[in-house]
Amino acid sequence: MITKRIIPCLDVKNNKVVKGIQFKNHQIVGSIMNLAKKYSNDGADELVFYDISASTEGSIVNKNWVSKVADVIDIPFCVAGGIKTLEDARQILNLGADKISINTPALINPNLISQLSNEFGSQCVVIGMDIKFKDAEAYLFAKTGNEKTAYCTNKKAIDWLLQVQDLGAGEVVINAMGQDGVKTGYDLELLRSLERKCSIPIIASGGAGGPDDFIDVFKKTQVDGALAASIFHRNEFSVGQIKEALRANNVNVRL
Amino acid sequence: MTVAIVDCGGANLRSVQRAVELQNMKSIITNDKAKVSSASYVILPGVGSANSVMQSLKSNNLLETVKYLTSPVLGICIGMHVLFDQSEENNTECMGIISGNIKKFNPELNIKVPQMGWNKVTFLQEQVKKLDDYYYFANSYYSQIYNHTLATAEYGQPFTATIQKNNFLGCQFHPEKSSHAGKRFLNYFFNEI
Repeated sequence: MITKRIIPCLDVKNNKVVKGIQFKNHQIVGSIMNLAKKYSNDGADELVFYDISASTEGSIVNKNWVSKVADVIDIPFCVAGGIKTLEDARQILNLGADKISINTPALINPNLISQLSNEFGSQCVVIGMDIKFKDAEAYLFAKTGNEKTAYCTNKKAIDWLLQVQDLGAGEVVINAMGQDGVKTGYDLELLRSLERKCSIPIIASGGAGGPDDFIDVFKKTQVDGALAASIFHRNEFSVGQIKEALRANNVNVRL
Repeated sequence: MTVAIVDCGGANLRSVQRAVELQNMKSIITNDKAKVSSASYVILPGVGSANSVMQSLKSNNLLETVKYLTSPVLGICIGMHVLFDQSEENNTECMGIISGNIKKFNPELNIKVPQMGWNKVTFLQEQVKKLDDYYYFANSYYSQIYNHTLATAEYGQPFTATIQKNNFLGCQFHPEKSSHAGKRFLNYFFNEI
C-alpha cells in the first residue's frame, strides 16, 4: 500500500528559507538549495516551498530558484505563493515543480481550481487551507504570509473543503494556524472533523514538535501526509529519525 | 545514442530530461517525426490527460511513428496509458500497442483519488527483482494486471506498476521523481530493454 508522507515545508522570503511562529517574526534559517538537498537526502517524500513574500506583496514567486531546486532534487516538490492565473501555474510547472498550491487566489476565484485541474490534471493542484477557530467554528484565513495582511474570510473550513474537492483539487493541506511553530502537536480534532468528508489526499500541517506528534497524527487520523518545518530547520530531528520512529510504531513509511 | 523525449505538452519535460542526463545519455525534447524515428531511445513523458497526449501525438503526425518504433520506448504515467487500447479518461482511444484498457480508481474501495505518494512496487520476475522498491505515483487512472505486467503495486486493489511488451516499456510511477529507485529503473530501461 501507499506510504505515509513526511513533507518538510520551506517558507521562502527574498530567496532565503525563513521560519516564524504563528506566521510572525520570521527568521532566516538557511539557503533554499542546501536545505532542499539535505531534506531530500534525509528521506523526505516531497518538499513544499511557500513563497511568503509573494502572496502578500502581490507578485508571483521569483522563479529562478524553482528550476534550480528541480535540478538538485529527484523527489517531487510543490510551490506555493502568489500563483493567481493559469499562466502563473504553467510557468512554475514548466520550471520543474510537480504541483502548485494555492490559497488566497482560490478563495477569491474558486473557478481557478477547475481551470487548473482541467489544464494540468488534479494531481498538480493542491489547495492550502489556513484555518483558525472563531466561536468554536473553523474558518479559512487569507493572505496569511504576513500578519498585517491576514484576514478571516467568511468561509467555513468544511464547506470550502467540499467545494474544492468538487472543483477538481487533487490534495488539500490543512494548516492549523494556531498550532504553527508552537510544536504542541497537530490539531487532531480539526483533522478528524474534516477528513470524514474528504475523498482526496489530505496533508496535516502546523504543530509538529517531535516523533510522537507524527505517530499521533498517523495513528489517530486518516491523513496521508504530515508537513513540518521548525523541527527540521532547527535540526531537532531529521526526517530519517521521524520515519524510524513511525516504522517502529507500525506506520507504513518509505525508508 | 540520442534519447528523444517527446513533447506532448506536459509540464515535466525538464525533470525527465534531467533524469536522462544523470544516466549519461544525450537527449532532445522534440515532436519532430524524423528525430523521434531516428532516436536510439524514445520517452513519452505524459503529464496532463490521455486525451491531450493523444491529440498532441496526432497533431504532430507521431501516432504511426511511435507505433512502429523498434527502438526501446518508455511511456511514463499517461505516456504509459496511451500505449493501451483505450483510456476511461474522457473515453480516449489510444494507440493499441498493448492490449487492455485504463480505468479510473474506484473511491468506493476506501482509497483517496488521486493516488499521491510513494508506493511499494513488486517486480514479478526473478531477474528484475532488484528493482523492487518504493516509487512515486500521482495518478487517478490505472491499468489492471495483464499478461504483460512486469511489476505490480496495491492501491485498494493490485494494479500494474510496470508493463512491457517487446520494446515498449510503460511505468505508472514517475521514475524521474523516484530518487534512487527511479535511477535504477531508468538504468534498466537504457541497458536491459
